[in-house]
Amino acid sequence: MGLAYPTGAATVSLAVVGLYLLFHGEGETFNVGDFLETVSPYTWATIGIAMCIGLSVVGAACVVSRGILLTGSSIIGGGVKAPRVQTKNLISIIFCEVVAIYGVIMAIIFSSKINFVEGEAIYSGSNFYTGYAVFWGGITVGFCNLICGVSVGINGSGAALADAADPSLFVKILVVEIFSSVLGLFGLIIGLLVAGKANDFE
Amino acid sequence: MEGLFFNVNGGYIEGIVRGYRNNLLNGQHYANLTQCENIDGQFLLQTCELHASNTSEIVDVKLQLAPAYGDFLATLPPNPSTSALAAKTTDKLVSEFRYLQAQATGSLAKFMEYLTYGYMIDNVALLITGTLHERDTRELLERCHPLGWFETMPVLCVATNIEELYNSVLVETPLAPYFKGSLSHQDLDELNIEIVRNTLYKNYLEDFHHFVNTNPDFKGTPTQEIMSEILEFEADRRAINITLNSFGTELSKQDRRKLYPEFGKLYPEGSLMLSRADDVESVALAVSGVAEYKAFFDAVGLNQGGTEGLGNMGGGSSADGKSLEDLFYQREMELSKIVFTRQFTSAVVYAWVKLREQEIRNITWIAECIAQHQKERIGNYISVF
Repeated sequence: MGLAYPTGAATVSLAVVGLYLLFHGEGETFNVGDFLETVSPYTWATIGIAMCIGLSVVGAACVVSRGILLTGSSIIGGGVKAPRVQTKNLISIIFCEVVAIYGVIMAIIFSSKINFVEGEAIYSGSNFYTGYAVFWGGITVGFCNLICGVSVGINGSGAALADAADPSLFVKILVVEIFSSVLGLFGLIIGLLVAGKANDFE
Repeated sequence: MEGLFFNVNGGYIEGIVRGYRNNLLNGQHYANLTQCENIDGQFLLQTCELHASNTSEIVDVKLQLAPAYGDFLATLPPNPSTSALAAKTTDKLVSEFRYLQAQATGSLAKFMEYLTYGYMIDNVALLITGTLHERDTRELLERCHPLGWFETMPVLCVATNIEELYNSVLVETPLAPYFKGSLSHQDLDELNIEIVRNTLYKNYLEDFHHFVNTNPDFKGTPTQEIMSEILEFEADRRAINITLNSFGTELSKQDRRKLYPEFGKLYPEGSLMLSRADDVESVALAVSGVAEYKAFFDAVGLNQGGTEGLGNMGGGSSADGKSLEDLFYQREMELSKIVFTRQFTSAVVYAWVKLREQEIRNITWIAECIAQHQKERIGNYISVF
């Protein structure tokens, strides 16, 4: 509902600009191939790294999707009447934190591909490949970790409340939580494979 | 989606409410309570001397309740009355509710406000009665339900006649929308107070139902789903009770129909049939479209009839079985209990308040039975845990 107006405005303005270019005989300004060739591989690589670490941290901690926030608020609330859940459920917080650590690891691996290259030499096939590989690898890892953080967060929140009600449920829900935590690991593996074949910038 | 966003404002409160729910008395506690010989430890000492033979058997209600209610019962005077006991247990509910209310923000805070409106209606009705009978309404303030307290309530006591009261209700209370359009100040004077109360309650239920179904924070979440079900049940229960209680009174069928909330499982066909009902049989026929209500009427049996059979806690004619009212309470408690199988919803607050209210009724009932030595009816409490 809240997005109806922004989406409409964006569509209308894009249509107006597109039609303007078309009817003034400047349609070729909109050239995808040219865009891809002229954007520096550095841009792709650095955006990829930024997305990787940024989305991972957002998934793990807060702002939009809040793994730790989801779990933390439930642990605090449940801990009022059953203080024992607080220490035990720190493990859910650690699971969320691990998601952010995946992002950090991948960002470090990706950033090791970046070297300084003099002048026009950056626009070579190998460098384009590295740029795109790091970009899409970063996106993969970032979104995987975002969803993983949410999933671990919701599970952890349930685990804390269930533990407060019945301590015997804790281990059972923890198993489920471990499975959702593995989702982030999948992203990490794929990110490694995608970026693994790429050479450093040269 | 509620999993993503609910905990930002409501995670802490939900955690606490679940903690409170875990501390509710369960079947074992009630079984112990019914074994009690008296209400208070002081009384215990006195009776010990009388019944020296089985001192180890004698336990008191206060002691049994200590784990759950300790701090609040500590200030009870020796040998307390059941009403004092009930007041103290209510105090605990109120203080916990106030704490949650202080923590709540956004739509959850609004939701909790809606929860208090029902009690406000009772309080305002009490003040209206007081004003009509020219009592000193300040004394009545103490008898108002503390959950329905609102800041400007003492202002209502300044009013000396019903028109002044009506105007100050409209200006000062959150209930104004429920008065506006359906009641005028002459109505307060002329109509029976129960009709006024039920009109307000109908408006309140409809507004609450509308709120949980349209508020963007609740729409499409478990809150909408659960609260719709509970409120529909509440609406149907009121419609059935109004009908049953109206037999033999001067309330016309047209007026009666105006008191039925315009939603619920019975609405519209069932309500129409209810509005035409003349006796218990036709009420049973009207609700037969809904399996669970039909089951209640079957269980109670039609012979129970009339208004006297509807007393709370089996206070009616059938001493052995449960009355219709009991079955409705039982159903309400079961609905409230299953609310806790859902997470990320504000409805747990509502369910918890209802469960606690029932717990207070149960304690009062048991204490009353002990005080009046009516041990054979002590088992008529309603426990779902």
